Amino acid sequence: MHIPDGYLSPATCVVLYGGAAPFWYVSLRKIRRQLHTRVIPLISVFSAFSFVIMMFNLPLPGGTTGHAVGMGVTTVVLGPWGSILAISVALTIQAFFFGDGGITALGANCFNMAIVGSLVTYLVYRWIAGRSPLTSRRRMFSAAIAGYVAINTAALFAAVEFGVQPLLFKDAMGAPLYAPYPLSVAIPAMMIGHLTFAGAAEAIITGGIVAYLQRSDASLLAPFSGLTVEGAATESRTSILGRLWAGLAALMLLTPLGVLAVGTAWGEWSVKDFADAAAREKIIAASQHRTLPAGVPEGLHRLSSAWTAPFPDYAPQFIRSEPVGYMLSAMFGVGIILAVLWLGRKFLLRGGNTP
Amino acid sequence: MSQHKFLSGTIGGFTHALQHALESEELARVDGWLQRLDPRVKLVGLLALVVATAASRKLSVVLLIFAVALVMAMASHVQWKTLFTRVWLPVLGFTGVIAVPAIFLTPGEVFWRSPFGVVHVTHAGLRAAAMLVSRVETAATMSTLLILCTPWTHVLKALRSLHVPVEIVAILMMTHRYVYLLIETANEMFVARQSRMVGRLDAATQRRVATRTGGVLLSKTVQLGEEVHLAMQARGFRGDVRLLDQFRMETRDYAALMLLLGITAAALYVGH
Repeated sequence: MHIPDGYLSPATCVVLYGGAAPFWYVSLRKIRRQLHTRVIPLISVFSAFSFVIMMFNLPLPGGTTGHAVGMGVTTVVLGPWGSILAISVALTIQAFFFGDGGITALGANCFNMAIVGSLVTYLVYRWIAGRSPLTSRRRMFSAAIAGYVAINTAALFAAVEFGVQPLLFKDAMGAPLYAPYPLSVAIPAMMIGHLTFAGAAEAIITGGIVAYLQRSDASLLAPFSGLTVEGAATESRTSILGRLWAGLAALMLLTPLGVLAVGTAWGEWSVKDFADAAAREKIIAASQHRTLPAGVPEGLHRLSSAWTAPFPDYAPQFIRSEPVGYMLSAMFGVGIILAVLWLGRKFLLRGGNTP
Repeated sequence: MSQHKFLSGTIGGFTHALQHALESEELARVDGWLQRLDPRVKLVGLLALVVATAASRKLSVVLLIFAVALVMAMASHVQWKTLFTRVWLPVLGFTGVIAVPAIFLTPGEVFWRSPFGVVHVTHAGLRAAAMLVSRVETAATMSTLLILCTPWTHVLKALRSLHVPVEIVAILMMTHRYVYLLIETANEMFVARQSRMVGRLDAATQRRVATRTGGVLLSKTVQLGEEVHLAMQARGFRGDVRLLDQFRMETRDYAALMLLLGITAAALYVGH
């Protein structure tokens, strides 16, 4: 995710330096007020820690290894403002002395990883951890999930920065001047690696270190937990689960909003769309006016009938109302996912290798 | 994955970083053209050339800046072999993975079509890939020349010339110092763990080893921060940062600055 020089246009770099500057200013002010003379030594050693933790070779499920950014654990211990400074300094040292990330792209890298990463970690961590005790498993899982969500959000920002380059910066002949892939390529290419390996590395290192601190020195987790060690709250586990279930139910109730969407999503055309003149025009317009094959592509035609979904287009045939069909499809989908997760959990726990 | 790969990979990374730093410090002491210049001139001049590289819309201009980098490397006794192994090859590997598919995926006038029309290379794709690789290689070469020919503490102190706040420069300098201390500490922990291992560790245990080491390192970091703070207070630190500025500009520094900024201005004018 460390963007090198040359991938982003100077204009993008300036915008992202400009976007990062107010956060740096506010962070420095807030941290100076909190720490006074401790600012320089504490941020320095934490920046050094962030740098070193990025060098840890972490074994991941599947037999590969990955590296974490350390934004999760730094935010949980230092808070968002301290983490913004510490990660930014670590990224600066990496860019200048180890060639990891560019100097013109330093603003972008700091914006994505230090600023977006730290703020997202903090919000997710505080939201999920709530007022749970410092040593609770919920807090450990909150940190891991926060690290996972944060690194993926940061990767999404980087992907968007890459993806807008060919839209905005081309030479006279139309060739991209910087990162060459549009959003449709940049986002999946970037997110696949982060949703799997990099996200797992960040979640493991954040959750693992928080678990270690819970056993060895939980007071380090106190300053930005919303609690004190003595006054650790004991909110029941059910309340967070209740909140999550309520959120899920609300999302299912909102699914009929999908009915409002007009047209077909890009790349989800059916055989009928290729045969219909009006639909063909829409496909061509959505595909940068590239020529379509005269008929239905043979492979698409052959494979389109290989599987008939029970609820095609989220509209079960036995339901007349489209919004009700959407909601029923959502409930059916969620039910299948929960059943698969429940079975997976049963299967994994059968091994009995709990720590 | 074997335990060998997990632990030795991390230890190898630490050793490589320390070796990298030592080599750079040695090269920065060699009597060469860039080494003789004031660090502020090198920082401003070489960063300006990085910006010109990023801003240029013409491949020929980027290649000319690359040629300037090669000449500066020769005049500063930086071997091309060093640049090849430290910059060109890794950058080519990383950027090539991104650039090569662009040759085939970028829409535009077809330059070459494979038999049976399976793939086709476009003019726009070739230009985009060449531009990306040459731009990234040139910018990385310039940045590397800066750090290979300047003691790292001088690079950080020279950041003041870019109006970076003095507190940030002080944090960067202290971070730079403690990075090596913490690398050494982490390295010792991993070596100690490795020396006590017989047989293989399963993946879950490897992850626990890594996260516990990270946790211990974090505890040591907090302790170190407190100790450094107390030591600074003992020496009279009350929150005001002052940095000694021993740099002095000479005639050759002004001439070099004019030369580097002149090349930058020409590149920006012609390349835009």
